[in-house]
Amino acid sequence: MITAGIDIGSITSKAAVLADGKLLGTRVIFTGYNSEVAGRRVFEELLEELRLDPSALRKIISTGYGRNSVTFVNKSMTEIICHGAGAHYLNPGVRSIMDIGGQDSKVIVIDEKGKVKNFSMNDKCAAGTGRFLEVMARALEVDLDGFGTLSLKAGSPSKISSLCTVFAESEVISLISKGERRENIIAGIHESIAARVAAMANRVGIVPPVVMTGGVAKNIGVVKAMEKKLGVSINVSPYAQVNGAIGAAVLAMGIK
Amino acid sequence: MPQFLLYLFAKIKKIILHFKKQKKMKEIMTVYYMEAKSARVGGRKVAWITSGGPVEPLIAMDVIPVYPENHGAMIGASKMGTDLCERAESMGYSTDLCSYARSDIACATVNGGPIGGLPRPDMLVCCNNICGTVLKWYEIQARYFNVPLFILDTPFCHEGFTEEARRYVRRQLDEYIVFLEKACGRKMDHDRMKEVGRLSLEGQRLWQAVLDTTTHSPAPMSAFDAFYHLALIVTLRGTRDVIDYYTQLLEKMKDRVAKGIGAVPNEKYRLLWDNIPIWHRTRWLSQKFASHDACLVADTYTSAWCGTMKYIDENRFFDSMAEAYTRIYLNIGVDEMARTVLGMVDKYRVDGIVMHSNRSCKPYSFGQYDIQKIVERERGIPSLIIEADMVDERSFSESQVATRIDAFMEMIKQRKGV
Ligand code: SF4
Repeated sequence: MITAGIDIGSITSKAAVLADGKLLGTRVIFTGYNSEVAGRRVFEELLEELRLDPSALRKIISTGYGRNSVTFVNKSMTEIICHGAGAHYLNPGVRSIMDIGGQDSKVIVIDEKGKVKNFSMNDKCAAGTGRFLEVMARALEVDLDGFGTLSLKAGSPSKISSLCTVFAESEVISLISKGERRENIIAGIHESIAARVAAMANRVGIVPPVVMTGGVAKNIGVVKAMEKKLGVSINVSPYAQVNGAIGAAVLAMGIK
Repeated sequence: MPQFLLYLFAKIKKIILHFKKQKKMKEIMTVYYMEAKSARVGGRKVAWITSGGPVEPLIAMDVIPVYPENHGAMIGASKMGTDLCERAESMGYSTDLCSYARSDIACATVNGGPIGGLPRPDMLVCCNNICGTVLKWYEIQARYFNVPLFILDTPFCHEGFTEEARRYVRRQLDEYIVFLEKACGRKMDHDRMKEVGRLSLEGQRLWQAVLDTTTHSPAPMSAFDAFYHLALIVTLRGTRDVIDYYTQLLEKMKDRVAKGIGAVPNEKYRLLWDNIPIWHRTRWLSQKFASHDACLVADTYTSAWCGTMKYIDENRFFDSMAEAYTRIYLNIGVDEMARTVLGMVDKYRVDGIVMHSNRSCKPYSFGQYDIQKIVERERGIPSLIIEADMVDERSFSESQVATRIDAFMEMIKQRKGV
């Protein structure tokens, strides 16, 4: 049985395909303006790559912000459940998942079967999300991909105290004009995100082992800052960004 | 009285009498607001009073009570809140101020909103058992309308209730009567007060009985229905109307229970709502939960108007008001609030709690995270926190709230093994 999961995030869209529960492949593209088109495209591109015919696929679940705009799926489910299922699939020992996405961050606690026991999401504010990082990268004129490695070179992280993305951006700008080292500012930004997400983690009562998913997990600086803040070690799977899509494909196996 | 006023009065009276025969909420509320708006013509006085304030003495003195908070809810439900809040902000009030206060303060200056503003008050009665905001809010309105203000100060009950607190509040109740007698120019009829007290308690009992019908599964009504039917116990507590209305409603609900009719056609999950409704999104929320076969069977909000019956002594109603009005839900410590919530979790057999973290109402939203933890620990049931505001639509993000509700419901389904 071949199943697929499509995760339409605010910044990127992801797809994953499983054959009898074995991961065949994944793909990531930018979502852009039209999430329906993005959903179709990422799916078709992946099928092409895997040389699969769309008719072979009968069980598809969509997730993420644009989950309801993908019309050709059997079902849509929220990221929470899909991330739980995805993380459990990739590592059945995992008990907690921290996911930092484009406009959402969440902490999910799962049981030994991968079912969600509890979760917490950021309030309606971009602080502590991928969007926050993007804004800061623009202010610093640094490529976001370089953020992680740069921040590891920081001497002492700057203090970014504002929770509001807009105010934090002006804090960053004033730090730049004061001549603060870029590495320190970036490390400070990572600490600020870590503090936000750690608060959520403590609220739901995070249980190790912890895995981090979502695009931001690729940023080693955030992962390190989070480990420091929480005092636990955090695993990042190579599938961090497509974890939700994989979870959706896993759950699609349950469709009758 | 000028001729045309007499004519007007007779006309209004006729309409009111016509409506009074009906026992529909809309008609009762229409009559209520018409009476209040024409009070002056009829020689009656109007008092604005806070939602948790002791209204029975006003009814006994034949003063028409008017509730700016109920008005605020109407403003929210008719989606007029944002405009009025913005207006208040341009008058210099902070966005952090409670949106009931902001809309009321703004509305008084423009006579806007869904009913063209509230009738002008002859006096104001403010009880701080719900929050500290009302103190300043009522002071502002007392200055604006240049009318006398009575403040009933109810000390916060961190734990239990002390003899000192009882004496302190009881003494103020005497001052309240003196205030009313002065404002109305006549003496309080204490027999009438007793009768109003009796009716008030009976109304509260009936309201509780209505709410209790949802202990049945499927629940014959949901919290969204309770938000609607609530208006009377808030505004007209102590009158016959309330009793007639809730008697009929109770019959209707019992009938639905007998026939097995549920508010949500396919009730599978039962939830408890905490905090003031998001008035501008009640329909959307109710459909959202219903689409998951979930019914909000009870809430901490509407039950607050019958939550202190245990402190009321039927034979000494006036004296016992001191305790009953001081120990309301918003004036007690978090531990006791959590006990109340746990009690409701058991009574209504809910699978989860939906908490509205209300940007406006700090006393209600404060402590929710603790209560969430306590409930999770004691009963093992999950809760969801939704960030919004009861009136100000700017604090609501539909897609974000939708995702949280969907995820919460998926989790509950997983937990229940569906
Ligand atoms: S702060 Fe809360 S209790 Fe106080 S007036 Fe506003 S809504 Fe009512």
